[in-house]
Amino acid sequence: MACVIRVQEADFDVGAEIGSLRSGNPGIGAVASFIGCVRDMNEGDNVGLMYLEHYPGMTERSLEKICAEAAARWDILDTLVIHRVGELRPLDQIVFVVVTSAHRGESFAACEFIMDYLKTKAPFWKRESTPGGERWVEARASDDVAAERWKQPS
Amino acid sequence: MTIQLVFLARLRERFGASREVLPYSSNLATVADLLQTLRERGGNFAIELAADKAFRVAVNQDVVELNHPIAAGDEVAIFPPVTGG
Repeated sequence: MACVIRVQEADFDVGAEIGSLRSGNPGIGAVASFIGCVRDMNEGDNVGLMYLEHYPGMTERSLEKICAEAAARWDILDTLVIHRVGELRPLDQIVFVVVTSAHRGESFAACEFIMDYLKTKAPFWKRESTPGGERWVEARASDDVAAERWKQPS
Repeated sequence: MTIQLVFLARLRERFGASREVLPYSSNLATVADLLQTLRERGGNFAIELAADKAFRVAVNQDVVELNHPIAAGDEVAIFPPVTGG
């Protein structure tokens, strides 16, 4: 089980990343992935530019913890999380999560779990430029609800 | 004997600093103590760290509760709820 985390300014090539994750592993029967992109509209306002800030060190650490938790809960093979930081524009890719497994159910669930936890636990913040000026994006209650449903009874 | 404070995103802008070194003292035993000390500075610290405001605190890069202990040498980060992805 390999878990790769990359926090970077550069864009990423989805096809190449999936190809290298799968290469030489005939045990992989399923690849589930998620790509998050910059929208041109948020809260009813046009977004021209977005800036993504993070907390170096804690970011990588929290993503590793999330992937380790996914690996403990589902029978998965590899996970890859790429998250961009810095200046981004509408149409740009922001985040990429890939999970491989022998069967699809495991990778589908683990991929969604990783995204839901990333949205509520990984220290990234978005600041967007709109015609009305710059503003920090507010956290959404719906993201907390999405993460909450993965909680296991302790 | 110091603690390293880290302010991020909107709070970094509001506090006008991304890092600050604070001398450690016994009246900074917990996160709640530290927050109270910062609030007593007034201004944006008092406004942003008020009890009804949404913010998170991480000690040595793990998010913790208000009763979490602080020790000399710790890195304590204060930041808004996260909005990545």
